[in-house]
Amino acid sequence: MPRHTLSVLVENKSGVLARVSALFSRRAFNIESLAVGPTENPGLSRMTIVVEADASPLEQITKQLNKLIEVIKIVELETGAAVQRELLLVKVRAPLAERTQVLQTAELFRARVIDVNPETVTLEATGTPDKLQALLAVLAPLGIKEMAQSGTVALGRGPRSMSGTGTLRPVERTA
Amino acid sequence: MTSSQGESATREAAAALTGVETTARSVEEAAHEPATGITGAQSLVRSLEAIGVDVVFGIPGGAILPLYDPLFDSKVRHVLVRHEQGAGHAATGYAQATGRVGVCMATSGPGATNLVTPLADAYMDSVPIVAITGQVPSGAIGTDAFQEADIRGITMPITKHNFLVTDAADIPQRIAEAFHLASTGRPGPVLVDVPKDVLQATTNFSWPPRIDLPGYRPTTRPHGKQVREAAAMIAGASRPVLYVGGGVLKAGATEELAELAALTGAPVVTTLMARGAFPDSDPQHLGMPGMHGTVAAVTALQKSDVLVALGARFDDRVTGELASFAPDALVVHADIDPAEIGKNRKADVPIVGDAKETIAQLVTALQAEHAAGRTPDLAAWWTQLDGWRDRYPLGYDEPEDGALSPQYVIERLGAIAGPDAIYTSGVGQHQMWAAQFIRYEKPGTWLNSGGLGTMGYAVPAAMGAKQGMPDTTVWAIDGDGCFQMTNQELATCAIEGIPIKVAVINNGNLGMVRQWQTLFYEGRYSSTKLHAQNADGTPKPVRIPDFVALAEALGCVGLRCESRDDVDAVIEKAMAITDAPVVIDFVVGSDAQVWPMVAAGASNDDILAARDVRPVFGEGQV
Repeated sequence: MPRHTLSVLVENKSGVLARVSALFSRRAFNIESLAVGPTENPGLSRMTIVVEADASPLEQITKQLNKLIEVIKIVELETGAAVQRELLLVKVRAPLAERTQVLQTAELFRARVIDVNPETVTLEATGTPDKLQALLAVLAPLGIKEMAQSGTVALGRGPRSMSGTGTLRPVERTA
Repeated sequence: MTSSQGESATREAAAALTGVETTARSVEEAAHEPATGITGAQSLVRSLEAIGVDVVFGIPGGAILPLYDPLFDSKVRHVLVRHEQGAGHAATGYAQATGRVGVCMATSGPGATNLVTPLADAYMDSVPIVAITGQVPSGAIGTDAFQEADIRGITMPITKHNFLVTDAADIPQRIAEAFHLASTGRPGPVLVDVPKDVLQATTNFSWPPRIDLPGYRPTTRPHGKQVREAAAMIAGASRPVLYVGGGVLKAGATEELAELAALTGAPVVTTLMARGAFPDSDPQHLGMPGMHGTVAAVTALQKSDVLVALGARFDDRVTGELASFAPDALVVHADIDPAEIGKNRKADVPIVGDAKETIAQLVTALQAEHAAGRTPDLAAWWTQLDGWRDRYPLGYDEPEDGALSPQYVIERLGAIAGPDAIYTSGVGQHQMWAAQFIRYEKPGTWLNSGGLGTMGYAVPAAMGAKQGMPDTTVWAIDGDGCFQMTNQELATCAIEGIPIKVAVINNGNLGMVRQWQTLFYEGRYSSTKLHAQNADGTPKPVRIPDFVALAEALGCVGLRCESRDDVDAVIEKAMAITDAPVVIDFVVGSDAQVWPMVAAGASNDDILAARDVRPVFGEGQV
């Protein structure tokens, strides 16, 4: 099933996240990742939701989301027309003998070292989901002690903005 | 009486009326007047007054107690029900009968959770109601305080929207928003949860408040191009069907529908939620489609080439097996909710908009098609339709054991009470028979629980309907299973002066489940017998409960009817009693079944007109 990234502007009110996530489970839709954060407008939050769905269920998801009173606008960010990033924090086993290899890998992926101790190194990396996947694949044989990864956040490319007037193509409210 | 006396009497009456009007106006103005230093509870009651609420159904309790104090002095009537579920269904019945928003009220915790079923019911049937619940004080929320329940969280999936009011200053705005949301777009239930300290806080009141719902913009005006496309499709159809759903009633679009039907000459089917949207007496009406629809209505959908769905949602009870539903039909789907379009069945021409406006524009666009000479000839289609209708009319067999036939009772009730009465029903066999054998001619005369299928709906909904339409006869047609779920509201009706009439179709069983056990579980009647029975399963000659005695205990007139010969007389006796609720215990046979039937999950093509009677449609003709 194709992967879709929905950027959803919602009112910054308590309970909105619960409404959105409950809608997905109630309607039997799967969320791949979900990230919520503030926007340039203090009254609005942006949810970036990645779903795997065919065209018809995707249309149903966006229509049902649009029915939530606190949802202001939904835009599907298509891969070519949007920048997408995830944040990864990963704690890797790095005894002195193997530390160089860890650091070289970090450099290769432009990851930063953000914590060091005699046994481990913690790296911070950002990138597309594919890049972070590749980094993890290289680090895995060295021994990943622990990791935390954010959901995808994304913005459309170009000068236009979603909260501005009629700039990006919104997912149709009507059929 | 001389003419001058007559005039003077008229003048006096006019003066008296003026006085009444003036008083009413001043009360209304008082409700709109700003106020300072009042409590949140007073602000809430003033908001209800300002919005024009005339009745609230509810039960007080600890958390909502502050609200009941100013309500005591208000012109808003409070009907004290016996169970919060009754309050919720009463609000729904009121809303469905009057078209106005119904209001119910409950305290926190169990009071609020008792509203869950009627809220889910109103959500499924898109009924505009507002529920106001008390909540534990703000500081206690989240501490598992006495009578605390997260009713906002609990009702999120079964309300159109809900609010937790955190500041008394927001009360007028939240109430106005709740009514706006409930009654516009696709209607639905809205819950407003108000913590006790917010009700007690000191605040100011002004009206009208600002409504701030930036994410709520229902599309009511249909797209002109889509409407023209639909009209062209209808004009080009040789086997069109107008598939009418509850949205037509919600939008008050029955006049427009009548015009569209006359213009197209197409057959009309009305779903369980739309009975009354088109007169049953109209020859273009084929009746109800669906699991227990008429053979003609079900088959017309199956064989149609253009299906015009108006405010309907292709529910599984209508479509049967979706993959084989109306296989040759192009679909025009008009609905106010964009999410309904394409949800179950792909729409070839989707139209998002209010049914009233959409149908009116369809009429105009079709007139243009006809003017351009595109007028379809439906004569061959009507020959087929009439053939199915004549060969497979709705009917029933009299019970072989001489027992009273439930269908006959319901048919006579409809004939005697007539098309001006309002009928409510519970859920099950009696509901289907009431949908089949009463002839509905007018909107708002058939109220039932369609989507959720809530047993126990009939009595409280009738109470709400009667409260909203006091001059109309309101009959609750109930099963004995349903009746035992909510009959306590008859005490409310008796005490509050709401004289509804109840026909208990008493077959001593959970009849619809029993029917399925007969058909699909080899007659193994697991837990469907409501009557007292001996060890061998035969009924004991004892009435538990005795519905006549129960009715009388609840302050109603109780009547009983056990034979066909007495049916008319007992109904007429009940019709003559207008100052008290009446209950008739119709003791009927337990083996009557609802037919026609499309078994759950089966194709509509496999409809059975009666048990083991498979209609012959003459496939070659289509």
